[in-house]
Amino acid sequence: MSDQSLHPPLVNSSLLPPMAPPCGIRPSPATWIRKNLFSTPFSGVLTICFTVLAAWLLHQFVSFAVLDAVWAGGQEECRANPDGACWPFIVEKFDYLRYGAYPLSERWRVDLTLAIGAVLIVWLLWKRAPRRNLAALLFFIVYPVVAFVLLRGVASLNLPVIDTVLWGGLLITLLMSVVGIVFSLPIGVLLALGRRSELPLVRAVCVIFIEVVRGVPFITVLFMANFMMPLFVPDYLTPDRLLRPLIAIALFSSAYMAEVVRAGLQAIPKGQYEAAKALGVSYFTMMRLIILPQALTIVIPGIVSTFIGLFKDTTLVAIVGIADFLRAVETARVDPNWAGPTISSTGYLFAGLVYWIFCFGMSRYSQSMERELARGHKS
Amino acid sequence: MTRMNLTNNEACATLVLHKKIRGTKMQAILKGLVGAAVGLVVSNASAATIEDVKKNGVLTCGTNSATAGFSLPDNEGKWTGFVVDYCRAVAAAVLGDAQKVRFIPLTPKDRFTALQSGEIDILAHNATWTSSRDTSLGILFAGTYFYDGQGFMVRKAENIGSAKDLDGASICVTQGTTTELNLADYFRSHSMSYSTVGFADEEAVVKAYDEGRCDVLSADTSTLNASRQRMAKADDSVVLPELISKEPLGPAVRQGDDHWLNVAKWTLLVMVAAEELGITSQNVDEMKSSDNPNIRRLLGAEGSLGKDLGLGDTWSVDVIKQVGNYGEVFDRNIGKASPLKMERGLNALWNQGGLQYAPPIR
Repeated sequence: MSDQSLHPPLVNSSLLPPMAPPCGIRPSPATWIRKNLFSTPFSGVLTICFTVLAAWLLHQFVSFAVLDAVWAGGQEECRANPDGACWPFIVEKFDYLRYGAYPLSERWRVDLTLAIGAVLIVWLLWKRAPRRNLAALLFFIVYPVVAFVLLRGVASLNLPVIDTVLWGGLLITLLMSVVGIVFSLPIGVLLALGRRSELPLVRAVCVIFIEVVRGVPFITVLFMANFMMPLFVPDYLTPDRLLRPLIAIALFSSAYMAEVVRAGLQAIPKGQYEAAKALGVSYFTMMRLIILPQALTIVIPGIVSTFIGLFKDTTLVAIVGIADFLRAVETARVDPNWAGPTISSTGYLFAGLVYWIFCFGMSRYSQSMERELARGHKS
Repeated sequence: MTRMNLTNNEACATLVLHKKIRGTKMQAILKGLVGAAVGLVVSNASAATIEDVKKNGVLTCGTNSATAGFSLPDNEGKWTGFVVDYCRAVAAAVLGDAQKVRFIPLTPKDRFTALQSGEIDILAHNATWTSSRDTSLGILFAGTYFYDGQGFMVRKAENIGSAKDLDGASICVTQGTTTELNLADYFRSHSMSYSTVGFADEEAVVKAYDEGRCDVLSADTSTLNASRQRMAKADDSVVLPELISKEPLGPAVRQGDDHWLNVAKWTLLVMVAAEELGITSQNVDEMKSSDNPNIRRLLGAEGSLGKDLGLGDTWSVDVIKQVGNYGEVFDRNIGKASPLKMERGLNALWNQGGLQYAPPIR
């Protein structure tokens, strides 16, 4: 008798054949519905009520936006139909909503700037794209210069200078949010690190900046920047009236971003810091290679949430007379040539859709990022 | 519409300075700072605006952000409208080119601050000329380009010809504005009864009237006509002739620059005088050789109005040729030739039953 027959192996040498699942574990659709939607009489009633409500809302929306809407024609057709959206109005105002008062002959410059930006962003965000660090370099260093030259113009390059008063519409909204997003993350990281620094002066400066900025309403800052600043500062020292809100929005979102990043830093176990220090890793290398990659991954939802908030907060610049996308919609709807009972609803519906597309896009991308980066932390 | 609560915001700029002056700590530094700031304010504000405009080659004009007929960008973003044309007229007078205007859209809250701070050269807004604004904000109104006032809109089918027939009516109004107070005063002084159907925003008010939830819509006439356009049955309603409040809308400039005030004032008056004398953008060149001494003085063929204002000899010709006389501007933007189809009413010339009157040019 060998040892093997005395002690049978603890582990099978081959896999067991798969067995059919026991009855009721993989439910049929009918079982699933019964278990999840009609488990008790109360839940059944709720299911029915909310299904009816959802169907009614969807019906309202679809009939206003699609079924009863006016798709072709002009003001007369829209006025004759008070039940549906007036899409010809959006078609006619579409260029205004995109460019504002940017001169007609120069609008190709806006298109080109947006196209370059879109290509770079896709390159940067598409995870399997080659040489993404080159894309980052182009996007963060080269692109701002190119965009400035194209949008504002440089007379010596035969691109007439376009006064920023004429910029408007979606161009402003995208410009504001891209500037805010691009500047807020690096500045926010620096502020967060500064706030946790052991150097008292650095910490004090960061704390004061963050708390002051977060303690003041954005509208007040915009108002101060655009209408009070010229009272105190001579003309030649006053930045352009579009630049002032741009700076304001970058600093503002940085302060909020700093707190989001700080949350991530605090979530990293102390052992990580101590291990790095024990190995003699310098502060900046430790932050760059060990702490920040983990901290930022944890707070992706917070970061994206701040970005989405920032994107929608750009509408506030309208109060200092800058015609962002929403302001352009509001302006367009006042036009007496297009006045009609559904013009305003159509305009706001369109604005809502545009904002939703951008925000939902950001949200979806962040979710895929999270899945990608969730290494050991995933529960 | 929100006129009642504006005064606080209007006084904002002055308040900030006062607060700074009242501070007790760090007095020396603060005083120095405030001194410097006030010095700059003075240097910014009292500098001859006309010289700045000529130097920059462009007039910066603060205007409504979007008010149908008064100031609104068209599909290409080019500003059009009644108050916009006034700015173009000033640009034509000073710079000889009505296109050399930079428009800064302003909300009712920030319009006066923008003027005080020197952000804009002239304010052409739907701003009511009142005593407190003229005396306490550091600005001066340069005239009245539109006599506005609260009016009533009723359905034609009701066969109401006058506001005096509105006894017992239900009236749609925007809540929390002077509109409601004016209504109360008017109906009490005429011993009539009424009920209001109030909403927070104008959009809802118009919708309610359109759906027949009230008999009458009451608002300033400048907005009543635009509101009518937004109704499903726009042609079924009519604006009654009576106005129950005084809302003279005019351009404003900074205090302490009399020269610029004169330019702003006479640009408007020349447009009114031109209508009275029958000078239009079409016939202005022929009119230059007219025998009528009034026309010759107005167009600079005689007299020294242009020189006295510090403008070129052809300034009035530029204004009328490039922008038009008062009547042309009115008709094109808010009157018969526009979708708003406003009546001239109080804004007719003085010799046609209205209030638009220009002093003699001599």
